[in-house]
Amino acid sequence: MTAGAAPVVGATRLTGTRAASRRTWVDRIMRSVAALAAMLCVIPLAAVLIYVTINGLAALDLDLLTKPTRALGIGGGAAGAILGSIQMVALATLIAIPFGVLAGVYVNEFSSSRSARGIRFAADVLVGVPSILVGVFVFTFLVLPFKQYNAFAGSVALAVIMVPVIMRTTEEILKLVPGALREASLALGIPTWRTVLSVVVRTGLPGILTGIMLAVARAAGETAPLLFTALGSRLVNVGDFTKPMDALPLFIYVNARQPVELQNEQAWGAAFLLLLFVLVVNVLVRARTAGRRAQ
Amino acid sequence: MTHLTLSARSRQGSGRLADTLFRGSSRIAAGVVVALLLFIALLLYLNSRLTWETFGLSFITGQTWDPVKGIYGALPFIFGTVLAALIAVILAAPVGIFTAIYLSELAPRRLATPLTFTIELLAAIPSVVIGLWGVFVLAPFLRGTVESWIVSTVGWIPFLGGPAYGVGLFSAGVILTIMILPTIVTISREVIQAVPGSQREAMFALGATRWEVIRRAVVPFARSGIIGAVILGLGRALGETMAVTMVIGNRDAIPKGLFDQTQTIASKIATSFSEAQVGIETSSLIALGLVLLVMTVIMNVIARLLVWRVAGPVAGE
Repeated sequence: MTAGAAPVVGATRLTGTRAASRRTWVDRIMRSVAALAAMLCVIPLAAVLIYVTINGLAALDLDLLTKPTRALGIGGGAAGAILGSIQMVALATLIAIPFGVLAGVYVNEFSSSRSARGIRFAADVLVGVPSILVGVFVFTFLVLPFKQYNAFAGSVALAVIMVPVIMRTTEEILKLVPGALREASLALGIPTWRTVLSVVVRTGLPGILTGIMLAVARAAGETAPLLFTALGSRLVNVGDFTKPMDALPLFIYVNARQPVELQNEQAWGAAFLLLLFVLVVNVLVRARTAGRRAQ
Repeated sequence: MTHLTLSARSRQGSGRLADTLFRGSSRIAAGVVVALLLFIALLLYLNSRLTWETFGLSFITGQTWDPVKGIYGALPFIFGTVLAALIAVILAAPVGIFTAIYLSELAPRRLATPLTFTIELLAAIPSVVIGLWGVFVLAPFLRGTVESWIVSTVGWIPFLGGPAYGVGLFSAGVILTIMILPTIVTISREVIQAVPGSQREAMFALGATRWEVIRRAVVPFARSGIIGAVILGLGRALGETMAVTMVIGNRDAIPKGLFDQTQTIASKIATSFSEAQVGIETSSLIALGLVLLVMTVIMNVIARLLVWRVAGPVAGE
């Protein structure tokens, strides 16, 4: 590029000459281009927020929050989807927490640095596996053998997505716990497991909870892993994890694809609810971590 | 380092059984994380064996997908997947890299912090919500502006002709651009921040301008990590499902033009899986999934290695 041709050495001598002024111009232009690119990144977020808020608020009413889904979208609401999302995400969280936190503990406290690298790498690659394939994967062993779509399979699929996220945040946080704390505890004769649980994990707990909340927000917004596991349902399903269950993302997807305007409106309403939840969790969590970093 | 001292001292401590149990269960949890990846690959392979035995590798090169005749070929979906992802990377890479440079090198801190925050929030928006916005707002907008303009001015160039549907390959590419931008920006930013300050100071001391420092000292140092960030974005684009499914048009054919309606592997699975006949049809859809898995895992492995080389193991998205 043009900047490459500019002489670097002896810049002071060149001040005021043509080459120097060209270099400052290139500098100014490229800096503006970079600033422009950053502004460009913000536009889609603003656009999505504005449209979802305007269309969503217009569609949001008590019916959407409290009524079950009706066939053909005349009246009815997203109650089944809201309840389904809460139940499936809750179960997924219960499944994912022990695996994610313990794996994070293992990587940071017990493993050799080589195997820690390997496990971290596996977790990072796992995060990159398309979520729809997680759905297909769970389908093959929790739906296919029983010939029945079920909410439990949906929860397991969401848990698979949550585990590497929780593991990585846990491990990053535990890394920050000072070694002196461990040593002090061990010097008092406290066994390793108590040291790890009551001192190390305890110290890192706020951070671990942060990671769990982020994983929950992510799972709540996932659609693809639920398509062939929980499937979605018109019925309000409370507590029966052996049957299909609806979820907010599924509700949005199904209603967005119908050629009926009323259903499209319901999709916007549900999208507003979902986005509100996801963004509130993210803003709260990230604001807290940013505050802690600044201290 | 700390864990070494820990394990050495635990032998002297009390509660050895509890220690062993705790250590064992945490090891199992870590093992599960590693094993999950292998299980996913294994189960996808086992459940798609019927397809591989029937068609062999011609499954990948086959151009027809016809459940009625029982012919299954993956090529249209591979094309759709790769093309949509390429459009996304071509659009997102320059914007993302410039943004990362701005955030880490140029922006004043009181601007950089909220901007980074905002871009991270973009990554948190559920795919289905972006898809909803894409199908009702973005696709009609693109049809009326960019697409009709390209068709009417340079539409005679092969692949750029109409008709412009709005819903199609190009819209899918633009939606993916939006979705992979945060990945490229956040990872590139971390990589650029890992460049030692002495690199910059040395250039400044020679009288270089801000941009010259970035271009000659910072970017070359961070290059492999930035490439890794872009490949990571590519991997995400290949596997992204919901938003793409909603805006790509879902037509099982190799796209003949930029605005054609087509299908990616992920969108094909999303739209057809629950209605598929158990047997060769589900098996073939799972085989598609395996192809996608191989593509994304390769991209992820390459990307992570490149990023790790520069910045160490940074936390992903």
